[in-house]
Amino acid sequence: MYLLEMNHIQKKFENLQVLKDISLSVKEGEIVSIIGPSGSGKSTLLRCATMLETIDSGEIVYLEEKAAWTDPGRNQAVYAGKAKLKEIRKSYGLVFQNFNLFPHFSVIKNITDAPIHVQGKKKEDALREGMELLRKMGLEDKADAYPCQLSGGQCQRVAIARALALNPKVLFFDEPTSALDPELTGEVLKVIRSLADLDITMVIVTHEMAFARDISDRVIFMADGVIVEEGTPEEVFSSSNERTQAFLGRYGEMLSREGKK
Amino acid sequence: MEQIMNWFAEMAAMLPQLFDGMAVTVQIFAVTLIFSLPLGLLVSFGRMAKNPVIRWITKAYISIMRGTPLMLQLFIVYFGPYYIFGIRVTNDYRLWAVFIGFVINYAAYFAEIYRSGIQSMPAGQYEAAKLLGYSRFQTFFKIIFPQVIKRILPAVTNEVITLVKDTSLAFTISVIEMFTVAKQLASAQAAMTPFVAAGIFYYVFNLLVAVVMEHFEKKLSYYQ
Ligand SMILES: Nc1ncnc2c1ncn2[C@@H]1O[C@H](COP(=O)(O)OP(=O)(O)OP(=O)(O)O)[C@@H](O)[C@H]1O
Ligand SMILES: [Mg+2]
Repeated sequence: MYLLEMNHIQKKFENLQVLKDISLSVKEGEIVSIIGPSGSGKSTLLRCATMLETIDSGEIVYLEEKAAWTDPGRNQAVYAGKAKLKEIRKSYGLVFQNFNLFPHFSVIKNITDAPIHVQGKKKEDALREGMELLRKMGLEDKADAYPCQLSGGQCQRVAIARALALNPKVLFFDEPTSALDPELTGEVLKVIRSLADLDITMVIVTHEMAFARDISDRVIFMADGVIVEEGTPEEVFSSSNERTQAFLGRYGEMLSREGKK
Repeated sequence: MEQIMNWFAEMAAMLPQLFDGMAVTVQIFAVTLIFSLPLGLLVSFGRMAKNPVIRWITKAYISIMRGTPLMLQLFIVYFGPYYIFGIRVTNDYRLWAVFIGFVINYAAYFAEIYRSGIQSMPAGQYEAAKLLGYSRFQTFFKIIFPQVIKRILPAVTNEVITLVKDTSLAFTISVIEMFTVAKQLASAQAAMTPFVAAGIFYYVFNLLVAVVMEHFEKKLSYYQ
């Protein structure tokens, strides 16, 4: 069974066709990386998948529940009712490039507030689980700090903990390390790797090619709003496709450098 | 020496009246804030509404309130019922007219302050809240509004200080507040003293306002 199915997604901003008939399915436990040049529509794809953006046409299905489909009469996407969407939203979380933590909440409140006030979890349970997550992130001593007192890497780890606290079936990452210094990138990637060991389903948009190659079950290469190529990391990274090569060429040097480390 | 004693005696004799005036001034100030702050928030929602009719109406309201003198608005609220609808108003209505005039005027100013604060919030905060499943109500009152308050506090402080001074406009429809009392006493005694007393009062009042607002700003300085 697929956790997420996106079929024939079309998305336009004004005159710019950003997603051109994109189809993508994610199985339970799978780790999918999406790579591609800037402006190719990776973020837009994630934003459509997480329903921050509405699609023009196509189909979005979470765990066999349809969130959106194309109305054949009008050839336009329609979305499920409010209650259904609310239910479907529980099945995924998103980690943003710039964290989007709530600055007026302490770290622990950032993590526990939604479990308590959205899921209706008991406060003690939420706190216990929140502290447990912070320990996993290596941040147990930061529970009472405020986001402004943390480094970018620490903020991103809090954001990951915040998303995990709601027990999503699939976690999306939109360039989780792009706003970070190289040294801080490592600590966040390490945390994401540790999630992979826990069999959490993840869809990760990233420019960290070595990371994508190591962690992914499947790599998707996007360019100009289409999926140019997808397959295992070995297949994609040794592809003979011209566009893939052109894109990866720029990273080739970096990859071999990181590979030696 | 005797002169100074006399001056103090004069002041003492005026005090009860000045206190009455102060009480009315403080009352106008408090009522205006208590009602215009929430009303302003409501108006700012109207100003940002999806419905163009609501948006247009609130926009016109704000523009009129900010574009005409408060004194004129007080006249209209006070004399309007009689000249427009032929309703005879009682003497008590004077103070009510002041309350109404001030509240609707300040609500317009606060609405614009709220709006600028709300619109300055990054979309990412809404998106994060949405992803975490917060309802629209929770998103606004838990996530957005507390941050908006911090952002708009300096602008609100300015407005509140202006309000302290504006309360003297109640004088124009003969509500006996601080300034009216001072003026009456001054003309009765042909002396400046009552005005000096009034000036000190307004100044101290605003000092208090500044201290209170600074306290709020400090309380909110734990983040960002
Ligand atoms: N809200 C929007 N309104 C108009 N155009 C947009 C909007 N969001 C994205 N675009 C455009 O859509 C295209 C794809 O953007 P998108 O952010 O999905 O690319 P990306 O692959 O994530 O790039 P990057 O690697 O730089 O993050 C870009 O040309 C961008 O300018
Ligand atoms: Mg992007």
